[in-house]
Amino acid sequence: MNQRLLLTPYCLPRLSAHMRLRHDPARNVWTVQAPERSFLIDEIAHAVLARCDGQANLSAIIDGLCATFADAPRDVIARDVTALLQNLADKGVVAA
Amino acid sequence: MSPEPPLAILAELTHRCPLQCPYCSNPLELERANREMTTQEWCRAIREAAALGCMQIHFSGGEPTVRPDLETLVTEATAAGLYTNLITSGVLCDRARLERLAAAGLEHVQLSFQDSTAEIGDRIGGYAGGHEKKLAFAKLVKDVGLPLTANLVVHRQNLHHLDDMIAMAAEIGARRVEIANVQYYGWALKNRAALMPTREQLDAMVEKVEAARTRFAGTLTIDFVVPDYYARRPKSCMGGWGRRFLNISPSGKVLPCHAAESITGLNFDNVRQRPLAEIWQHSDAFRVFRGTDWMPEPCRSCDRKEIDWGGCRCQAFAITGDATRTDPACALSEDHERLVSLAVADAGGDAAFIYRSPRAAKRL
Repeated sequence: MNQRLLLTPYCLPRLSAHMRLRHDPARNVWTVQAPERSFLIDEIAHAVLARCDGQANLSAIIDGLCATFADAPRDVIARDVTALLQNLADKGVVAA
Repeated sequence: MSPEPPLAILAELTHRCPLQCPYCSNPLELERANREMTTQEWCRAIREAAALGCMQIHFSGGEPTVRPDLETLVTEATAAGLYTNLITSGVLCDRARLERLAAAGLEHVQLSFQDSTAEIGDRIGGYAGGHEKKLAFAKLVKDVGLPLTANLVVHRQNLHHLDDMIAMAAEIGARRVEIANVQYYGWALKNRAALMPTREQLDAMVEKVEAARTRFAGTLTIDFVVPDYYARRPKSCMGGWGRRFLNISPSGKVLPCHAAESITGLNFDNVRQRPLAEIWQHSDAFRVFRGTDWMPEPCRSCDRKEIDWGGCRCQAFAITGDATRTDPACALSEDHERLVSLAVADAGGDAAFIYRSPRAAKRL
């Protein structure tokens, strides 16, 4: 039986086993290839997922994104990134 | 204008299968083993599919593990950058084989179930001991560390076990469940009177799925499509004819979907004779229903025409004998009421199964 993963600031997000972050050259978009589906992801989702290496914790990932997207307040970025990753965790795309 | 490249290829490696499910998606006319493509021919087709823009390959059949060269084909697909999925009945593959497939790069397994019980499951599959073997195979999949989807094929004779089937999928560690209502083409069309669910079963099914989605939120993704005969609008079959998918049959015929051969009068090119990219772009069978230009009214002026792409051509043909007509699953179709009355009549019936086998095919 699986357990639902709830993300915390100190968890170490990564792509789940057998999920692949892949650029699609034919369409020039980023995708996550998942069992029997592929998710097209936008640049922001790609920027987030590219940082999910299982080494950096969620809080550090958000700090890194704040440095890149300096015009958005940290609490907004934190909320959006956590919601995005929780959604992807619920779909089995992200593990921690 | 060139069509967009396909996203995925369904490789039907063989029509051989130890199971005899009466709703098998293979055509009535099953391909013999000696007509199947060789390893080299499949490897070339796989490379061409990747070069054409496919991102995923689904190895299917029949039972794909019947082919002793499956490892080689998975290796080839992985090297070509394709995401690899094995669609299997799970009854022929032991641990050593599964480990070899994983080592070759296999990334996902989809395992079909006929029921939550051995009694009904084995009767539907026409294969004694099959259900137990499937459960054992599911355990192997988890042991080897591959992600698992459970494919639950549902119809009148097992829908009373739907909750148990979903619970079984969670129990064996699947992350994803497909609740696949039988699609009535080919073998399933011959068996429609034995399989068609009742309206009451449909209503209960929708409620059970919604409840299960809440119960398993975050742990089990549940995919479910309302069965066509009771729908108001057609499904976006294959995401549109010749838009997203291509299917290669055991002998190399390139099809827009696995049921396309049920439409008589279409000519399918063969990847043994013509490059796959050329077939995708120019073959008559792909062009005939691609896009929206072929559509009759009321489809042509419908605001959903680029959502459902006209639904299912095989269904239009199966019900009306004319593949260019509006999908009868659509409530706007002139044939819709007839479709619903066929469903109601069949759902009240009591027919015996015609099991899928080459011998039964000869008798039909």
